[in-house]
Amino acid sequence: MIHSLFLINNAGDLFLEKHWKSVISRSVCDYFFEAREKAVEPDNVPPVIRTPHHYLINIYREKIFFVSVIQTEVPPLFVIEFLHRVAETFQDYFGECSETTIKDNVVIVYELLEEMLDNGFPLATESNILKELIRPPTILRSMVNTITGSSNVGETLPTGQLSTIPWRRAGVKYTNNEAYFDVVEEIDAILDKSGTTVFAEIQGVIEACVKLSGMPDLSLSFMNPRLLDDVSFHPCVRYKRWESERVISFIPPDGNFQLMSYHISAQNLVAIPVYVKQNISFFETGSSGRMDITVGPKQTMGKTVECLVVTVHMPKVVLSANLNATQGTYNYDPVTKILVWDIGKLNPQKLPNLKGSLSLQSGAPKPEENPSLNIDLKIQQLAISGLKVNRLDMYGEKYKPFKGVKYVTKAGKFQVRT
Amino acid sequence: MSNNNVSYNEQVSLESGVDAAQENSSIPASVSGGLFSADYKKNEDLKEMLESNKDSQKLEAMKRIVGLIAKGKNASELFPAVVKNVASKNIELKKLVYVYLVRYAEEQQDLALLSISTFQRALKDPNQLIRASALRVLSSIRVPIIVPIMMLSIKEASTDLSPYVRKTAAHAIQKLYSLDPDQKEHLIEVIEKLLKDKSTLVAGSVVMAFEEVCPERIDLIHKNYRKLCNLLVDVEEWGQVVIIHMLTRYARTQFVSPWREDAVFDENSEKAFYDSEEERKVEQVKPYIMDPDHRLLLRNTKPLFQSRNTAVVMAVSQLYWHLAPKHELNIITKSLVRLLRSHREVQFIVLQNIATMSIQRKGMFEPFMKSFYVRSTDATHIKILKLEILTNLANEANISTILREFQTYVKSQDKAFAAATIQAIGRCATDISEVTDTCLNGLVLLLSNRDETVVAESVVVIKKLLQTQPSQHSDIIKHMAKLFDNITVSMARASILWLMGEYCEHVPKIAPDVLRKMAKTFTSEEDIVKLQTVNLAAKLYLTNSKQTKLLTQYILNLGKYDQNYDIRDRTRFIRQLIVPNEKSGALSKYARRILMAPKPAPVLQSAFKDRDRFQLGTLSHTLNSQAIGYLELSDWPAVAPDQSVRIVEVVEPVKETGAPVHGKSKPGKSSEKFYSDSEEEEEEEEEGSSSEDSSSSSEESESESESEENSDDSNKSSSSQSDSEKKKKTLKNKKLQQQKPDGKDRKQKNGNAVKGESRSESESASESSSSESSSESGSELDSDSDSDSGTDQKKNTRSKPVQSTLVTKQVEKKEVSLLDLDDFSPAAVPSPKSSILSPSLLSDLQGLSISPTQSALQASSPVFVPETSHELLHRMTGKGLSAQYRFTRQPCIYGNSMVSLQLTLSNSSDQALENIHISEKSSTGQNIHRFNAIERLEPQASVTVSMGVDFNDSTQAANFQLCTKEDEFSVSIQPAVGELLLPITVSEADFSKEQGKLLGMNESSATITMTPENVSSQSVNRKVVSVANLGVIPSSQENIHRFAGKTVSSGCLVLVSVALKDPDAVITINTERTVMGSMLLRQLKTALTNSDP
Repeated sequence: MIHSLFLINNAGDLFLEKHWKSVISRSVCDYFFEAREKAVEPDNVPPVIRTPHHYLINIYREKIFFVSVIQTEVPPLFVIEFLHRVAETFQDYFGECSETTIKDNVVIVYELLEEMLDNGFPLATESNILKELIRPPTILRSMVNTITGSSNVGETLPTGQLSTIPWRRAGVKYTNNEAYFDVVEEIDAILDKSGTTVFAEIQGVIEACVKLSGMPDLSLSFMNPRLLDDVSFHPCVRYKRWESERVISFIPPDGNFQLMSYHISAQNLVAIPVYVKQNISFFETGSSGRMDITVGPKQTMGKTVECLVVTVHMPKVVLSANLNATQGTYNYDPVTKILVWDIGKLNPQKLPNLKGSLSLQSGAPKPEENPSLNIDLKIQQLAISGLKVNRLDMYGEKYKPFKGVKYVTKAGKFQVRT
Repeated sequence: MSNNNVSYNEQVSLESGVDAAQENSSIPASVSGGLFSADYKKNEDLKEMLESNKDSQKLEAMKRIVGLIAKGKNASELFPAVVKNVASKNIELKKLVYVYLVRYAEEQQDLALLSISTFQRALKDPNQLIRASALRVLSSIRVPIIVPIMMLSIKEASTDLSPYVRKTAAHAIQKLYSLDPDQKEHLIEVIEKLLKDKSTLVAGSVVMAFEEVCPERIDLIHKNYRKLCNLLVDVEEWGQVVIIHMLTRYARTQFVSPWREDAVFDENSEKAFYDSEEERKVEQVKPYIMDPDHRLLLRNTKPLFQSRNTAVVMAVSQLYWHLAPKHELNIITKSLVRLLRSHREVQFIVLQNIATMSIQRKGMFEPFMKSFYVRSTDATHIKILKLEILTNLANEANISTILREFQTYVKSQDKAFAAATIQAIGRCATDISEVTDTCLNGLVLLLSNRDETVVAESVVVIKKLLQTQPSQHSDIIKHMAKLFDNITVSMARASILWLMGEYCEHVPKIAPDVLRKMAKTFTSEEDIVKLQTVNLAAKLYLTNSKQTKLLTQYILNLGKYDQNYDIRDRTRFIRQLIVPNEKSGALSKYARRILMAPKPAPVLQSAFKDRDRFQLGTLSHTLNSQAIGYLELSDWPAVAPDQSVRIVEVVEPVKETGAPVHGKSKPGKSSEKFYSDSEEEEEEEEEGSSSEDSSSSSEESESESESEENSDDSNKSSSSQSDSEKKKKTLKNKKLQQQKPDGKDRKQKNGNAVKGESRSESESASESSSSESSSESGSELDSDSDSDSGTDQKKNTRSKPVQSTLVTKQVEKKEVSLLDLDDFSPAAVPSPKSSILSPSLLSDLQGLSISPTQSALQASSPVFVPETSHELLHRMTGKGLSAQYRFTRQPCIYGNSMVSLQLTLSNSSDQALENIHISEKSSTGQNIHRFNAIERLEPQASVTVSMGVDFNDSTQAANFQLCTKEDEFSVSIQPAVGELLLPITVSEADFSKEQGKLLGMNESSATITMTPENVSSQSVNRKVVSVANLGVIPSSQENIHRFAGKTVSSGCLVLVSVALKDPDAVITINTERTVMGSMLLRQLKTALTNSDP
């Protein structure tokens, strides 16, 4: 299926190649570079590019293009999903997925890629299995290895590979048994000029960090499962139990994983935690403009809004911004034309305001559309949909685990049109 | 054999030679010469390190070599030194040597052979990982001489005890096949063996091998089909994708189409043909019964909609799209919309597929329209796809919303996107005739935009639009002529000139003037404008030579000496054509016919129109052209091939998932199969008795048969007395019944399906009642419109364009089976036909949200829907506009906490009312979902719309303004407490349990004396459900009746029980909402003590 993989950085340097079948010359990437040039922005590169003899399916992640070469018909999502899985594995192993870390760990990267695909077909993508085959690099281990000559490659087949629960390895032992669940909800919204909601919905995920010995069998139930409109689960969740009882029952993977993601139906009214009053105008003459943004709390359920950031993608003609922020700091990057106003905590008594003038390229016509504002925020201890975990039970093991649930609400794709 | 090998050897070495050449040519491109020499030096010391005694040295060397390979540098000269280490004890070193070997073996075939014996030894190793990796590497070495060895090892490995090794063998099959396709026959044998494997680990890989080596050998699948279906959920996610795609193809060759009813449905001509009785016969001859294996596939893939892997979700979606009966497709929607939250690339593919789907089935995605709204941060190709989908989804009902959204997009900084939006507006304008004028006007406004691309695009789109209906739009042409002076974009100017010329007869006064202006500026114009000026001059000369003769002469003279030869040529040609002289001959006679020939209007249509020829989710679909190795999806066979081929004789329990299906013979008797999984068995049993598939609906299904008769009769009677239109409807009804047996026979195990069926009950109820009502005209409502009889009114509404969509929707809806509820419904108050999209349509739309519900508290469809309407606005106060509302008792589609209402607006004045809508400001706090403004309501016509109001579980009236173009009327809706509930079904045990939790303050009860005629259980049920929208709980005790519901806004339980103790009765209501409880109690008391029906 997947023939070869090329990693290309933002500057267009090809810094890693891997072939699973016969070698394909890297000149095939010229077609990609052509498309890359045409697209201007890296985001605009089409994910599927046709060349005379091959098809290139690429993803762009962490400023790296993962370009895979395909020769025959294959579901494109199959490849895309796999490439993202590769990027996630790198992130898991090295803490971040960047050109430097990949170059520094090229051998492990190669070993990983070798294990993840056989003849272009995914072999092992479950992080638990991979970590048994190839141990992640740590400083201590690399030191021990150089002294003893032992390797960081496993000698036996990971138990997970054969079992019906490939996501969990056998013989897990902890002195402190703990299970934490983070309910993270994101508000996707489009507000229009007047502040009315054009579109709003809530997407949530439950991130889990489970460090439990043995083979625990957990079940998690909600106070109000009917809120959940559409769900997708980690493979470990027993779908039938959910269908019949609305209980999430599973044998967890070891460590961090995403248990489920859900969607609160768009028909439910979504509480919008902040409002934005904005006035951006560009003058016909004098090549300048004015900007005045105020952010205030709306429906915060009595919690504090934190990590408030307003990002504005300015029109190309804006050269610089001379603004005054009553709270937080702002930064305008004249190259990318992005204005970032980092507000921090929202104080309802004293609303943060950003005001001042914008200077435009002289002679250029004034922009027709005002830039839209992207809002980023975080509210601790609150799931904005009102979803509540009822209880977590453990079966199959004797000890008593420590359990914890945390709720966070964030802004997802939260956009204010102006 | 050896002969064969040699020839291959040659061939491959040639190929590798080519590869090497490519390699060489590519390397200098990336590595400069200086660096290359440095590399060479480094390589020297690598050789030494590899030959040292220490493993750590060797390992270090190998790591550096792998680094070189990763960078794409050539390290092939180290081959001899590296290959020596293939037998190393150090497992990491060994692995790196494997990496190297696989990379360079093809180039150094002779040396690579040295390593083979090591692998052969390793294949016998007791450690399964070592066996597997030896096979992996051995099969990856593309050296043709070892083909026999590979073949042998694959055969051996395919019987290995370890499923992991067998999986590796399945992968090796594909490698060997690509190396030597002559081995196909042998490999198919191995595939056949591995397909029988019961390990989930092997399944995905062997199906992959099957797809690559012998996709045409569908016969190999038969025996394994049921096993694959049953294992599917437990296969790893990548294998799932491959298996699902294979099974899609398989199913299309083995089962008959479940869409047959639709096909018949479409043929209008045939429909008119049938007499109702003949139709019945047909129905008896060919009931569609879904093959149980077909159902098995659909059922077992359904949980995968919830997979976290986007490729799996897409694969199941395409499987449902290509295989499922049309009415089960809605399940796809939500999952696909969920995928839109994923990465940009995923969005791109998913949106493409949605675009294709949305062309064929608008309804699927319409409720999720807002998910396709564009954000300014989206990538351009995502924006354009979203735009495409929005355009596909546009219809009369939502076009205003969509156009408002487009308005924002037009102003986008992304000019490619803005231009695409303008084209989209153009498409909306041609598709939906109601908005053509609005769109045109909007586009005309855009002409004064400053951006060139926007202006040019608008002119082009306007030109296309005008071409479709030029006569009505001479004012727009005039307007464009006015704007002409200000437009600078040459393409736009040229387009306007062309329009002037083409339609100069519509603007006889202006066209010559424009020509006059052009004559002045001719020399300074762009070439394209000059050409069109010449065209315009020529056309005007032909139509209006009196005014323009001199001007034309002048322009032609200018053109004659233009710098551009195209213009000179064109001028010369035109002059010869139009100006009669002795040389021109015969051609000039036809000048008018040549120049003024009617031109066909360009067709504005979706780029995704014909994408459905490709299987969804494939690369070919994405590229819109056939990719190499694309396997065509065959059409359904007319007659299903032998089903018995899938029967497996021997049943061996498989460890995890439950045994494959037991041998069985007849379709429709699922009770013969069994699953080891106990859960599944239960469900299976439920299905087996299809007539009583859920306890709650058993009653209804009993009444089903007789109700069928009833509606039949009523239909007959009505068709006899009314026009042809109604006859058609009857036929449709027939169709419905024809489909019903299918519905019964399909084994629908899941809650949704059951829900779907129960929903259809209410539909049928309204259906039959409406057909009843149509037979007796002159109802309560009709009495308001005093001038016309009910049937006339019907006709009026039907003929109106606004109604047309509603009617078509109605048609679509009728795919579900009929059930009746005559037991419950009292003599239904007949309502005019215009209320046709009553609860049924709503419930249908609601079917789009297929949230799986709890077993304990399952929402159910209303037992009884009152037909009584309440007056909202009297025609006297409303200056001719009258409005009635009724509660549809359906879950509201606009919001979960809303009560859905149906509003019937009729115009009893003698003038058309325009722009009927609800004003934006609501005086009370309730959240109201307004209906889309009705643009025009003809005299004596009426229209029914639905709206939602969130009453917040209180009986406080909702006040709002109903507006027409001229007037505003304050109206209010006062809900009865019983309408603020939604019915749910719970088991009797759960009921008592919940009741136990709601004691004390939450309980209110009263003792009443029942009138004797109310004592029967039927009448109690009827009384209660007519007062409040509650679900009836089947009770084991004769004298206790239980009802359950929940409040619409907060979802609080409301439990009602009526205990009969002759002659008294105790009504008990348990709910957290004590106020509602006591109000409900009061109403129930009056209802049960009153004797009148």
